[in-house]
Amino acid sequence: MFEVFLSRLLTVPAALPGAVAQGLIWGIMAIGVYITFRILDIADLTVDGSLCTGGAVCIMMMLMGCNPWLAMLIATVAGLLTGLMTGIFHTFMGIPAILAGILTQLSLYSINLKIMGKANQAINVDKYDLVISLRWVKEAVLGNPLIMVALIIVALIALLYWFFGTEAGCSIRATGANPNMSRAQGINVERNKVIGLMVSNGLVAFSGALLCQYQGFADVSMGRGAIVIGLAAVIIGEAVFSRIFRNFALKLLSVVLGSIIYYVVIQIVIQMGLDANLLKLLSALVVAVFLALPYWKSKYFHGKRKTPKAKEGAPHA
Amino acid sequence: MLELKGLYKTFNAGTVNEKRAINGLDLTLEDGDFVTIIGGNGAGKSTMLNLISGVFPADEGTITLNGVDLTHLPEHKRAKYLGRVFQDPMMGTAATMGIEENLALANRRGRSRGLGKGITREERELFRARLATLGLGLEDRMTSKVGLLSGGQRQALTLLMATLKKPELLLLDEHTAALDPKTADKVLQLTEEIVARDKLTTLMVTHNMKNAIQYGNRLIMMDSGRVVVDIKGEEKKNLTVRDLLEKFNIESDRMLLSE
Repeated sequence: MFEVFLSRLLTVPAALPGAVAQGLIWGIMAIGVYITFRILDIADLTVDGSLCTGGAVCIMMMLMGCNPWLAMLIATVAGLLTGLMTGIFHTFMGIPAILAGILTQLSLYSINLKIMGKANQAINVDKYDLVISLRWVKEAVLGNPLIMVALIIVALIALLYWFFGTEAGCSIRATGANPNMSRAQGINVERNKVIGLMVSNGLVAFSGALLCQYQGFADVSMGRGAIVIGLAAVIIGEAVFSRIFRNFALKLLSVVLGSIIYYVVIQIVIQMGLDANLLKLLSALVVAVFLALPYWKSKYFHGKRKTPKAKEGAPHA
Repeated sequence: MLELKGLYKTFNAGTVNEKRAINGLDLTLEDGDFVTIIGGNGAGKSTMLNLISGVFPADEGTITLNGVDLTHLPEHKRAKYLGRVFQDPMMGTAATMGIEENLALANRRGRSRGLGKGITREERELFRARLATLGLGLEDRMTSKVGLLSGGQRQALTLLMATLKKPELLLLDEHTAALDPKTADKVLQLTEEIVARDKLTTLMVTHNMKNAIQYGNRLIMMDSGRVVVDIKGEEKKNLTVRDLLEKFNIESDRMLLSE
């Protein structure tokens, strides 16, 4: 029994690069989730659909002979539009954010099928010029996802760090932190929510565009449960790094690291022989427990908390 | 000049909970008026301020400020003209953002927010100087998160934010009611200093009769969604709590309870 365990454990290092690569790609998606969940204080379920939209648009563009970078750009724009859809549902039509996301997600299922023409589309790494691929994960080439995606993430974090430091970016952060105060300071809260949802889903779709190249196909169910993976990455990143990473750029980095940790742990668990069908159950339960922790802390240990988090936007008496 | 004409506001219209909060309200403020507003619970004081600031629309009537018709403008557009401090100290500032970041947001009230820097170096200097006038030592903690401040500090900061860009009208909605008496006095003192320095037209709702008499050049009492008493000039200067109670005992029961 122990020998079986040990021999399985020895296979882990060989699988690590793949797990880290997946973690990096999903890390971009998790940054998108961070923007809605942490900055805007909205749980946006659009991502389950927009991840696939990104993959579907990217792969179809590339199959038509489009340059891969241009295909990824167009996929990102498609992601922005999915965020716009949720944003309109939420602000203009007054639908609660979670429900707005679910509605978009459901409609994206049809849209994604229409984009691809069928449930999945494959792309051959030998015939097409891919930016990254699973095949190069252990090679010293730029197309190695470990190198390429890491570079992309550095650029993205720099871009987001700059954006959230601008007047517009600050007003989006304020919108999530305290909508009452934001309105009193002349900030268009509705518009900022839409912009935040768009940026978030743009990132998610971009991540989907990378993912479809990495795995060599796009599938209509590739985004199922994406929100849970994104939340897991955000929560793990915060749990592990929040004490040392205070700067905004480092917080975004911790989300990516959280995603990598998530995928490495999942990889180990699978190699240890866990039934892969149970993975989503396991992920959901882990995320549920981590989401419960702050609540339990405030309920049972409120006297011992070191840094009480102020409750925002309490209703005006 | 602020002009409220024929304002009506009913909540939960057509239900058993129907509440006519503002009932044909007319009020005109001259430039530089510092008006204190008293009235029992449910008299319509906060509703009036919320109608002016656009938290919800009026059912009828018009709101004009210095010739601009605010009646149909959304809340964030009216913010250009208004400075607001709320009763709840948590409401006027963003807890998870720094002191200077909050001030920078306030410094852009009424301006479009583009891709320029969220805070400039010159602004930091300005904020440091303005924070120093509060006398709370906040100028040395500019990057601290506002969530770490006390209620009084947060109200003082909100007051500073509301007046950083000179507003055409300052709305104070029981802004010291949630503070302990000493802190409340300090914040009121600051309020008076700032209002006098910038000659701000101000509406201040209070539950405290003494404060209502002590501050401002005009006092109004509201009841059932209307102005029932309006005292200004010399009469206001010589006013005492006793006068107020004797002259206008219509509302005194509830006022005393809530004093």
